[in-house]
Amino acid sequence: MNSLYYQKRLSRNIGDKFFTSLSVICALIAILPLIFLVTYILIKGGSQITPELFTLEPNPPGDDLDAGGINPALIGTLIITTIASIIAIPVGVGGGIYLAEYSKGGPFSRFIRFGVNVLAGVPSIIAGVFIYALIVSTKILFGSMYSGFAGGMALSILMLPTVIKTTDEGLKLVPNELRYASLGVGASMYTTILKVTLPSAFRSIATGVVLGIARAAGETAPLIFTALFSYYYITGFGDLFYEMGSLAVLIYNFALEPYDAQNKLAWAASFILVLSILSVNIFSRILAAFTEKTKRV
Amino acid sequence: MEEKLTLFKNRKRFGIEKNIDIIFKNTALVLSSFVAIILLGIILVVFFQSFESFSRYGLKFLVTSEWNPVKDEYGAFTAIYGTLVTSFLSLLITIPLGVGTAIFITEDFVPKVFREIIGSFVELLAAIPSVVLGLWAIFVMEPFFRAFFVFLHNIFGWIPLFSTEPTGRNSLLAILILVVMLLPIVTSIARDSLNQVPKKLRNAAYGIGASRWKTIFSVILPAALSGIMAGVLLALGRAMGETMAVTMIIGNSNAFSWSLLSPGYTISSMLANQFGEADGSQVSSLFYAAFVLMILSLVVNIFAQWLVKKFSLKY
Repeated sequence: MNSLYYQKRLSRNIGDKFFTSLSVICALIAILPLIFLVTYILIKGGSQITPELFTLEPNPPGDDLDAGGINPALIGTLIITTIASIIAIPVGVGGGIYLAEYSKGGPFSRFIRFGVNVLAGVPSIIAGVFIYALIVSTKILFGSMYSGFAGGMALSILMLPTVIKTTDEGLKLVPNELRYASLGVGASMYTTILKVTLPSAFRSIATGVVLGIARAAGETAPLIFTALFSYYYITGFGDLFYEMGSLAVLIYNFALEPYDAQNKLAWAASFILVLSILSVNIFSRILAAFTEKTKRV
Repeated sequence: MEEKLTLFKNRKRFGIEKNIDIIFKNTALVLSSFVAIILLGIILVVFFQSFESFSRYGLKFLVTSEWNPVKDEYGAFTAIYGTLVTSFLSLLITIPLGVGTAIFITEDFVPKVFREIIGSFVELLAAIPSVVLGLWAIFVMEPFFRAFFVFLHNIFGWIPLFSTEPTGRNSLLAILILVVMLLPIVTSIARDSLNQVPKKLRNAAYGIGASRWKTIFSVILPAALSGIMAGVLLALGRAMGETMAVTMIIGNSNAFSWSLLSPGYTISSMLANQFGEADGSQVSSLFYAAFVLMILSLVVNIFAQWLVKKFSLKY
């Protein structure tokens, strides 16, 4: 008789309540461990941070109570990621320019776009295996085997799809009117691209590229048998062609050591790695949200 | 006369510019073909390096689980089985959790601000390096679950899956850490495809008297299914190739066991463990295993792309 009012006991309403609580439970199960994980890494790792950490070499694992610092790994990560960026950014931006500006949707560009997606899905350890076969085992780089340079090349393979994709998509968002205007006043294609479309897509491309670099900085699998690991300070240019440590590989090696001092070093390295990756992510997100707002106005 | 001269000059300049234009275009073309070259290079290099092992063991490599560098006998069944089991079981846990969370974020159960915070938090987690997750799994997750595993073994020990006494690292822990890794991927892709379902569909369903969950199950989820499926396949590819976190927690044992509570192996953890110090025909066998892993992930990825193209939303 009260069919106009909400009835609690109706089976459809009971069912709705049930599924609603189920999705709330799913969200809780999914999110609580994740919150726990992040706070644990930040607290546990943050408590290990000391000034010496940034200046000392790690001591070889043993019964030493003092584990030393992570300076070589920190510098190594910076160097290896820089090498990867130097290789991947020009190739990726150039490839993205071709896809977005020159290709007309023919079979070649479709194949390349497909290849970009496939390459993005190739397991990161396969990139390491590939570089091992190509560079490490053949000693093609001045006779050196494991080297920071080889590690950087392996990482660049992982960065390449991200860079191409963000360039391609960033350029596609640039309105065609800009291109017509530029070509209309007599600019050639390359002037149009370099002076008009690339600058107006710069921010979205830069965001994507920086996120790609941040992701590469945390990759471990491609490095464990290309760059290997080193306990010693990086002193000169020649060290590029020797084994080179990195934060990610340091975490892997020292997490598996039975000694407490090494484990603590692994936590400290995780803290630095996670904090820098998260802050890059948050910063670029805020920047993206900010530009979106100003564009709308 | 002067006019003609400037015209001539302009023309000349135009000629150089034309050349630069052509060079620029061709450089971009060459750079874009690098992707294809690298991809083909990876496939060819891994295939040719595995050739020795392939010709010696053939397909027997896939079904035997002896891995003995001393006797020069290699078979990767344990690792292949481990790869498939860990990735599929972790996906089985992740799908309901991830899709449930995505529904929670896209519906209006809580104010929009909270939903956006949860959404971007989940996305941020995808950025945490897997080696850090592995570290966390070793020192936090393993002690936390130890008692639970013993309990599981005592109650369900008669099922082969739980038949071994839990001692430290095992496949089940690898599955759980994979769930943590895959959740952000599945959740964010499912959220995006749920958000893409036009509002019209929802309003129409509400208009003819469907309840909220009737609408979700009969209208919104089917409409978003292709996107969600593609996300699930991407996650599957990621799970198969995932190396560090799994290597650190799975226990790395080549002894075959049905039990999830015993240490196991995956192809990628085998590569991570042995590649550095392998030589002779072991290297070739490892390349063979890498080739198998690559084919598995290629098939999953290509299938995902085909799915997106075939069933992308057509409203």
